[in-house]
Amino acid sequence: MENIVIIGNGIAGISAARHIRKLSDKRIIIISGETDYFFSRTALMYVYMGHMKFEHIQPYENWFWEKNRIELVRGFVTQVNPETKQLSIDWSRAMHYDKLIIATGSKPNKFGWPGQDLHGVQGLYSKQDLDLLEVNAPNKEVCKRAVIVGGGLIGIELAEMLRSRDIPVTFLVREDSFWNGVLPKGESQMINEHIREHHIDLRLSSNLKEIVADENGKVKSVVIAETGEELACDMVGLTAGVTPNIEFLRNSGIELGRGVKVNRFLETNVPDVYAIGDCAEQHEAIGNRRPIEAVWYTGRMMGETVAQTICGNKIEYKPGHWFNSAKFLDIEYQTYGWVFSERGMKAHEAHFHWRHPEEKICITVAFHKETGQFLGINTFGIRMRHQIFDKWLTQEKSVDHVMEHLIDANFDPEFYKHYEANIISKYNAEFGKSISLKKKSLKRIFAMGY
Amino acid sequence: MSTYDRSMALTGQPPAILSRNQKIATLIGMTGLLILLLASFNVSFPNKGLWLTLALMAISAGTIWFSWDAYSKKLPGIKNDGVWFKSISSKGFWGWIAGIALTGFYIVLYFYPEYLGLVKNGSNKGVIALFDPLSKALSGNPASQWFVYGTLYTVAILAFGIKFMWKYRHNRYERIRTMSVMFFQTAFAFIIPELMARLNGDKILNGGSLPYYDLKNVWPLNYYNFEGYRIKGFLSSGDIGFALLIFGILSVFVITPILTYKYGKRWYCSWVCGCGGLAETAGDAFRQLSDKTVSAWKVERWVVHSVVVFVTLMTTAVIYSYLGTDTSKYWLTKSTFLIGVASLLTLVFAWVMIFKRDQFKKDAIYGAIGYFVIIMALIGFHFFSGDGNVFLFKSETLRKSYSFLIGSIFSGVIGTGFYPIFGNRVWCRFGCPMAAMMGFQQRLFSRFRITTNGGQCISCGNCSTYCEMGIDVRAYAQKGENIVRSSCVGCGICSAVCPRGVLKLENGPLEGRIDSNQVLLGNDVDLMTLVNKK
Repeated sequence: MENIVIIGNGIAGISAARHIRKLSDKRIIIISGETDYFFSRTALMYVYMGHMKFEHIQPYENWFWEKNRIELVRGFVTQVNPETKQLSIDWSRAMHYDKLIIATGSKPNKFGWPGQDLHGVQGLYSKQDLDLLEVNAPNKEVCKRAVIVGGGLIGIELAEMLRSRDIPVTFLVREDSFWNGVLPKGESQMINEHIREHHIDLRLSSNLKEIVADENGKVKSVVIAETGEELACDMVGLTAGVTPNIEFLRNSGIELGRGVKVNRFLETNVPDVYAIGDCAEQHEAIGNRRPIEAVWYTGRMMGETVAQTICGNKIEYKPGHWFNSAKFLDIEYQTYGWVFSERGMKAHEAHFHWRHPEEKICITVAFHKETGQFLGINTFGIRMRHQIFDKWLTQEKSVDHVMEHLIDANFDPEFYKHYEANIISKYNAEFGKSISLKKKSLKRIFAMGY
Repeated sequence: MSTYDRSMALTGQPPAILSRNQKIATLIGMTGLLILLLASFNVSFPNKGLWLTLALMAISAGTIWFSWDAYSKKLPGIKNDGVWFKSISSKGFWGWIAGIALTGFYIVLYFYPEYLGLVKNGSNKGVIALFDPLSKALSGNPASQWFVYGTLYTVAILAFGIKFMWKYRHNRYERIRTMSVMFFQTAFAFIIPELMARLNGDKILNGGSLPYYDLKNVWPLNYYNFEGYRIKGFLSSGDIGFALLIFGILSVFVITPILTYKYGKRWYCSWVCGCGGLAETAGDAFRQLSDKTVSAWKVERWVVHSVVVFVTLMTTAVIYSYLGTDTSKYWLTKSTFLIGVASLLTLVFAWVMIFKRDQFKKDAIYGAIGYFVIIMALIGFHFFSGDGNVFLFKSETLRKSYSFLIGSIFSGVIGTGFYPIFGNRVWCRFGCPMAAMMGFQQRLFSRFRITTNGGQCISCGNCSTYCEMGIDVRAYAQKGENIVRSSCVGCGICSAVCPRGVLKLENGPLEGRIDSNQVLLGNDVDLMTLVNKK
């Protein structure tokens, strides 16, 4: 029987294991140094906030693994030797593999800031980071102020977490508006406002110069590069993105770039070794995607794909239309297709933006200037139906078609207020069109499928 | 896990801490309860009407002020910060205290009402006497322990209903639904039956008197609706009485199935029902305590369906016992009735087995066959048993044990008393025969489902954690499957707490409703076809 060894029990590794089990009877071993059981990384924040206990963010009951004959091993893989097909766990145990899947995820970025390794300075990625946060910032007496460095998704989550315990938060963001490398101006602006509504001290265009230690080697304050201001604080969160967690593979003979280099089949340069999830780096980016995609969904999809390949049905990793979601404090965000920020915008790309006059609700629709083809949508505070947008993107519908049928795509709970009429009247006014909104049709919505 | 509390402060840390306003509000609410408690220890209050008003006002004001302070200063959104840090909502010290206090209250209420001051054939004492003025104002009669309970129940649904609407003020589904349960409790469960009692003896009713009837309380939840004394009451009360009896029958066989087909059982369980109403409002703080394990689900299915069998047998026996045998007197006789019941069950059973057998898991089929055989066999005994006893037992024995075991112990003592331990829908999930019957239909024949939004699930677990019915919602959502479960009461909280907009309660065509395809959007089409190849 073939030994499939998976390093990492995150969503990528676990998806691979589950699908290999569905397709075959191979022996499956998952090695993790982080936790005994798979948990949802994106839900760590809710444990600190008291919405859930850690056991609640484990998607499978503990008996699941044995029942499905998925063996779990606790430990860090310290060395991989592709020639002998051996790996070593914690420098002590050796293990043989026939096929190896590397799914070790990421680690927080540190850019060489002075003081970045002091006590009280941490990232937020792993279960250990969460435990550390309970030490560094258990309450507002121990942590009188926290400073977060890096304005991305993890940064804003960390801010929300700390605010749930009334800890004052200063949020240093390098850009002149929150996440505006990804979000178009209007949206980014709205999130700035919302961050401040939550009494978070948002400092835009602010870089960290250094972290200052007290006499015990613990963080005492940070200095902001632009102003030279020194801010007293007890905890510093470094949330300026993540990098693949692949240090242990140096000198293994497996080709590395920023991540583990893989081809479209998720194969590395070494036979029988695959890499998936956050730690995999495509030789060439797929479509508009980045070569390394540290996203939950892509991790899951790569796991599903590699399982097919390993079970004898060699298949290329071909992600479909891009989608993603996040939540900025109280505002839900979804995106389907591609909507670029002003910084990354393509020459042919035009935007239509609508924002509710009072509430924190807005959408941005991207379309092709010449052909009018619908390219993508960002929505804030309105939920949209994935299947409908996926179909529209596949069918290359025009932006007019999308506008006309927008109500079909609405996924808000029943009885919610609808804004399609307002959106379309602004669209008509802006582009001199006379589109009228079609009525919601259950037939169109449910006559889907492939 | 990882809730290190290094602080020695007795009042806790944010977000579990109480603000000063909340402490005062608690004090006010407790004062109201104290008045009631003193009254039950026979402290005599001079102006009962005034003191009762004061007590109820204090309880409501305390609750409402407490929640105003909790939610008004925060932006609209999900308000679950610190739920698992607070001892009341995480099976901690205060949770157990509350559970014991509630359980004690129910035991006294059901079995020792004399301790509350109930006096048969005389004027009430204690806390029941305190409620006399209100009861007299409504129905003209002195209060009973049930009137006291009904009043407190209504106050709880109203005060905590307001709390719930503030908590979910960003969510219109939740707000409208809560207004609905508040309305049905106040009007249908509380005021209308009391006013109806005023008609008793009136000539509109031909001098008859109607049984106490909460119109929204449908058999089999209202398991006693067709008992002999009630039927007599209905039939002796002229056209109105007859109309009410017809309504009672229609609500079981026509209204419930139609509404459940169109909207799922939520039309009842979380929009109308009083048990559901209390669970959703006063019980909201405990919804996360329901057991989500697969083994709990197994227990649930056995227990709740056994209750259905029990209530069907019991009701059949009771009706059977007061029917005659002479066809010339009345068209419905003992034997026609039994044959009727047997044929109806056979019809339902045959329909399920012929058209819906694919949707059953194996054990459900075993269960259905087993129970069906039992019912048929017991009915068969009729032909071998003498007069006065039905099936194997006296019908009265069956009725009494149902009323004690299910009506009192299960729905009251365990169902509500254990809110802080087992969660707020223990009764609805494990005990309610009405919920089980509608659930059966919801699973097999209804337009309702919770749609999973393509591939957007991040397996965070908020939906499962906050499901009061103990459904592991995430297990479906992370596979891209719709959620079609018989126990789902459609409260909508899974959809509300989802951070990624994955879940939507909706009604749509039956076809493709139970989509067991693992269609996780995002991958290209070829792969998904492969994944779904069985």
